[in-house]
Amino acid sequence: MSQSITPDNAAGAAATDDLPTLRLRPRSGWQGLDLSELWHYRDLLFFLAARDIKVRYKQTFLGVAWALLQPLTAMIIFSIFLGILVKVPSDPGIPYPIFVLCGLLPWQLFSQSLTQASNSLIENERLITKIYFPRLLIPFASILAGLLDFAIALVLFAFLMLYFHVPLRPTILLLPLLVAFVVMTALAVGLWLSALNAQYRDFRYALPFIVQVWFYASPVVYPNSIIPVQWQILYGLNPMAGVIEAFRWALLGNTHPAWPLLAASAAAVVVLFVGGLLYFRKMEATMADWV
Amino acid sequence: MGDVAIRVEGLGKRYKIGQRTGYQRMTEKLTQLLASPLRKKESSDNPAFFWALKDVSFEVKKGEVLGIIGRNGAGKSTLLKILSRITSMTVGAADIFGRIGSLLEVGTGFHPELTGRENIFLNGAILGMKRPEIRAKFDEIVAFAEIEKFLDTPVKHYSSGMYMRLAFAVAAHLEPEILVVDEVLAVGDAAFQTKCLGRMSEVAQSGRTVLFVSHNMGAIGTLCSHAVWLDSGAVRRLGHPETIVAEYLLSNRNETGQRHWDGGIANPGVTELKILSVSFLAENGTPTATVDGRKAFYVEIVAHLLQPLPNSRIGFQLTTLDGTPLWEAYSVDDKTIPSPSSPGIYSLRCQVPSHLLMPGQFLLNVNAGAPGYKNYFYREGILSLHVEDTYGSLAFPEIRRSGPVFPNFRWSIKES
Repeated sequence: MSQSITPDNAAGAAATDDLPTLRLRPRSGWQGLDLSELWHYRDLLFFLAARDIKVRYKQTFLGVAWALLQPLTAMIIFSIFLGILVKVPSDPGIPYPIFVLCGLLPWQLFSQSLTQASNSLIENERLITKIYFPRLLIPFASILAGLLDFAIALVLFAFLMLYFHVPLRPTILLLPLLVAFVVMTALAVGLWLSALNAQYRDFRYALPFIVQVWFYASPVVYPNSIIPVQWQILYGLNPMAGVIEAFRWALLGNTHPAWPLLAASAAAVVVLFVGGLLYFRKMEATMADWV
Repeated sequence: MGDVAIRVEGLGKRYKIGQRTGYQRMTEKLTQLLASPLRKKESSDNPAFFWALKDVSFEVKKGEVLGIIGRNGAGKSTLLKILSRITSMTVGAADIFGRIGSLLEVGTGFHPELTGRENIFLNGAILGMKRPEIRAKFDEIVAFAEIEKFLDTPVKHYSSGMYMRLAFAVAAHLEPEILVVDEVLAVGDAAFQTKCLGRMSEVAQSGRTVLFVSHNMGAIGTLCSHAVWLDSGAVRRLGHPETIVAEYLLSNRNETGQRHWDGGIANPGVTELKILSVSFLAENGTPTATVDGRKAFYVEIVAHLLQPLPNSRIGFQLTTLDGTPLWEAYSVDDKTIPSPSSPGIYSLRCQVPSHLLMPGQFLLNVNAGAPGYKNYFYREGILSLHVEDTYGSLAFPEIRRSGPVFPNFRWSIKES
């Protein structure tokens, strides 16, 4: 007769009368992930992401053009001031504009996703206080919207590759993996910040500052090679350092893959991500009370 | 055991004072930590905590419609939030047998920039429906909401009536085994409310289990098979809705025969009109909760119109303790004087004729609105009225007569 509206867990699916479909108990402390529930709500993830994307492009006058204008403007400014005037080096044989754009692409994906994810709980306060669904969907959905901007900016990058005659390399096939890495980094930090932000609004004001400091701590406008070798692993603990370097290697090719850097970055992401998930789940039960 | 839908045992929810009203600042938390790093974090007798619900236990059988009543802040919404898993309880347990769906607000997640079509899918998914399910019910939802022509218009261009109809239409097509509903009927115009109530009673009669919070005592009486009365977070009474409603309304009674609100009150969100006070006045004009049935008395409503309100009316209903109305009287009834329609503060007095009411208890409902358009104020059981048993002339004073009215009948009897 009626369709399922809450997850059919073992008891519900069997529809036995003696076992409750749902057992509600006080929840505190650390929680595991309920993957089957997340899967059950996959449609909602899609609709939330679709909402964010539609609303963003409907409300702005320039619409999709923003996704191009932002990296383009940043690239031009950095090329003029840092590339030409300050003479910041790029990777050997790579023109500074495409070098900096190759760093800006993952960076903007990261900073945009991080900002969206961190504010996502506050922005969806109405939903959180009125209806149940796995709260994890909110930061996850907010990040999907940033991927579209990234895809659009990628077109700009393709034009630049043609213009500067940068050959296409097979390593470009690693791009999805690298994008996943960036998204995971943004989510890892975003999970922490969104939960903290909902409880302590200080984080809302700290966020732009965090993003700015992080920008300079990542090899976006300068090459990773200016960091002394003995500091590389420590530098790699900033996951964006490893992944931006990997972007340049995969798309531009004139460097060798910096394995220790990438390994340190990957380890940092995994720790941040698992920690973020656990912290978020811990706060999830009573999120509606303090958001 | 097989016929239980919801079992709640010893449920309690503790809030930190101020927790629901706002977030914290990190610095405050840090200062607290620094000031007393060793203090145990949560001691239950700490005055900074209060229990929004304490030791609540009840059982709802399958197919029952349970009405939850109580004053604002009695814990009704907290209870629904826990059962719908929006938040977690502090102590106790709740078992739910069957798929549960909750409707604590109409139009949750509606986005003004999205079209009607887009919002149907988004809202459906938020309420827990799956895409194929929404698709299957799509036409039905659109027809119920009567918005066919505006499906692809952003809902920010909808009239508030259309918006509410669409929002309720999506929610009305949610078909869980157990439905949890919070005061969703308190919005919209009269026609909309009738539609909502109609749908609610359909749901109730279809054998589904329903938990229903409302301030509309009439709806509780007609829709529910059982009622729970929550008072300061605890269950005060549990049982037959009509009995509970009557007791609840009586407990609210006001012995002075007058209620006054600083700044005025109105339905949530209403800014056009505020009710400043409501009183029963004796023949000589003094407020009283007890009247002599042999004399006329007045119902006085002081209303503040904040903007021109043509076609609106202000009035009252007198009901018996079980909610049966005796009559409705409105400011527009007397054609010899104009009903208030331009901004200002008006004191409206209606004379209730002498020799009308049977001695006993009555309740006053006050209503103000533009019929068929919008309701500005509606509140049941605002005041209670005691009609004194002063009919010394009753032939058999020891026997309670039935019925709520006792006009001064004229008999003519002839022996033939």
